[in-house]
Amino acid sequence: MTNDVKIKAPKRRKNASLEKRKARAGWIFVLPFLIGFIVVYLPMIIDSIRYSFYHIKFITGGYELVPVGWQNYNYALFESTEYVQTLVKGLTDMVFDIPMILIFSLFMAVLLNQKMVGRAAFRAIFFVPVIASTGIMEAIDAQNTLSDYMGEASGIEDGSGESAATDIVSAMDIEVLFSGMAVGQGLVEYVVTAINNIYDIVNRSGVQMLIFLAGLQSISPAIYESVQIDGATSWETFWKITFPMISPMILVNAVYTIIDAFTTDSNVVMKFISSSEKSITNGNVITSAMAWMYFLLVIAIIALFALIFSAFVFYQRRD
Amino acid sequence: MNQNVENQVKVRKESKNKIRVDFDRTPLKERLKAKFLSLFFLKKVLWYIVRLILLIGISYIVLFPHFTKIAGSFMAPEDFVDVTVRLIPKNFSLEMYRAIWSELGYVQAFTNTLLLSLSTALIQTFICCFVAYGLAKFKFKGNNIVFFAVVFSLVVPHPTLRLSMFMSFRYFDILGIFGFLNGGGFEIPFTDIRILEDVVDIIPNAWDKFSPEGINLTNTYWPLIILSLCGLAFKNGLYIFMLRQFFRGVPDELEESAYIDGSGVFRTFFQIILPLSVPMMITVFLFAFSWQWTDDFYTGLFFTDAKTVLMPNIVNIPTSLTTDYAGQNLYYAAIRNTCGIMIIAPLIIMYLFCQKYLVQGIERSGLTAD
Repeated sequence: MTNDVKIKAPKRRKNASLEKRKARAGWIFVLPFLIGFIVVYLPMIIDSIRYSFYHIKFITGGYELVPVGWQNYNYALFESTEYVQTLVKGLTDMVFDIPMILIFSLFMAVLLNQKMVGRAAFRAIFFVPVIASTGIMEAIDAQNTLSDYMGEASGIEDGSGESAATDIVSAMDIEVLFSGMAVGQGLVEYVVTAINNIYDIVNRSGVQMLIFLAGLQSISPAIYESVQIDGATSWETFWKITFPMISPMILVNAVYTIIDAFTTDSNVVMKFISSSEKSITNGNVITSAMAWMYFLLVIAIIALFALIFSAFVFYQRRD
Repeated sequence: MNQNVENQVKVRKESKNKIRVDFDRTPLKERLKAKFLSLFFLKKVLWYIVRLILLIGISYIVLFPHFTKIAGSFMAPEDFVDVTVRLIPKNFSLEMYRAIWSELGYVQAFTNTLLLSLSTALIQTFICCFVAYGLAKFKFKGNNIVFFAVVFSLVVPHPTLRLSMFMSFRYFDILGIFGFLNGGGFEIPFTDIRILEDVVDIIPNAWDKFSPEGINLTNTYWPLIILSLCGLAFKNGLYIFMLRQFFRGVPDELEESAYIDGSGVFRTFFQIILPLSVPMMITVFLFAFSWQWTDDFYTGLFFTDAKTVLMPNIVNIPTSLTTDYAGQNLYYAAIRNTCGIMIIAPLIIMYLFCQKYLVQGIERSGLTAD
């Protein structure tokens, strides 16, 4: 018996190679991230979650952590009057914004992918929001009184003013247009708000546009050529070729848009969380409880969305 | 049989000739008519115009705030109190650019930031490709869990983890090894807890680099490089996700043929897959580079002393331009805007340079079609 096993063991190691070797290679590829995640990231996360179960008491020369169990969570959900309200508002805002950003960025990416005069210049212009709406540039813009002052004369909304006078289209005109088409009031409002928020939408879809553009670039021109020879119109080409080929990137962009929209500083919930950090007593721990509940919700939404959408994603490979 | 073939050839020749003859016989006017009065041409022109109007309109929306910044950057202080001056400066002056260039250490900030951004962006691009390829093309137990971790790292914004992040690099320690070696056990100094209240820059830097609690990595590039090496820096989850989706779209046959030819996993990755994904890599590089370039969160967190001048540090009012003059607010806003322009100008130039390669990538290697 023992002899048998001894002889068999090395043989098996040789035979089970391909699957196992590939699995091992997979681990090696993800290793850098894995190490970082466990060694650097996880302790930070655990720290932050741990804080949400404590009260911080400042005493002379230091501070003290008092464990309070679920009290912070209780406070956020049931005692704070605004938290749940803000959550709901944030969610409804997102339902509106996310499809708009996705459609707009895909449309612009398709436009910018066509051959035309000045394509490089246009691409550079659409790249500006990507760099001008983060970090230090955002901080500069927040203090920018000059733009308002100069913008007065031109009447275009630059994202800061919300007065009715600066609306690009008034709801009335569009309503007249749409009433003949017998579409619902909801759709009219949707379109009107979208047009009036165009600055905001353009600013927030820069990243998505670039991702789509890179995705469009990686579709082989040979496919388009063959479709053209078969006599497809550009409408058909878009829906039968471009759309399926770009669908993996649509998933990325949708997930990214959800994350970005939910976690930027300008989001209502994030604003509420950061403002209550100072206004409530023991704010720093309560807000970390609020934040963690919020992130959990966001993850749930993303998981749900990805689950539904991944059924429609087309990968150019056999499984 | 033979006859048939000959006939075909003849017909082809004739028709070719016929077309040419027809073309020659039609007068120029008719030809132009056929070309420019057709519905097809009309459609093309209409689409061209609509597209142009759309693009110009949206470009205007994007650029208008920047126009005001650029216009303001050329104005002399007098122009900011003059009501008649809107977008075109009356007293043209380059004073702001000169002051920012010479007084705020623009050149130094530029080289420092270039070094930092270039190194982190290159590392991030490479590491993200690596991790994403592993997630996309290899089935192993825990693949989904690792991918979930990637998305998770994207969901939790780093500003929320501000305190723990600072602490873990202020007292850098791998799983408590250094602490254990040195006897361990330390109290967090009271001053550090103040970050909770957003006072990052007041923390005194009185400790030694190698205190027994761990290594102090603040005020070096190491925190950002370590984060990049692990694919945990700003929005790296997005890059990994993006590249994973891209790699999943690459047909498996490509790698299989490489394996059959005797190439190993890593060689396949470097020689087959990476050259394929140039547009994606350039996009990732652009994001990583420009976000690190304009970043003020990490630099504010990890660079607590004034020794290392980075781009965010130059947003200031140069001493030669301080004024108690009327219109001070507007003037200072204009100075800050000028700083902003000088910060993003190199990025725009870099983008113009990179977007060429962004287009080239796959066209050169059209192999996705089988």
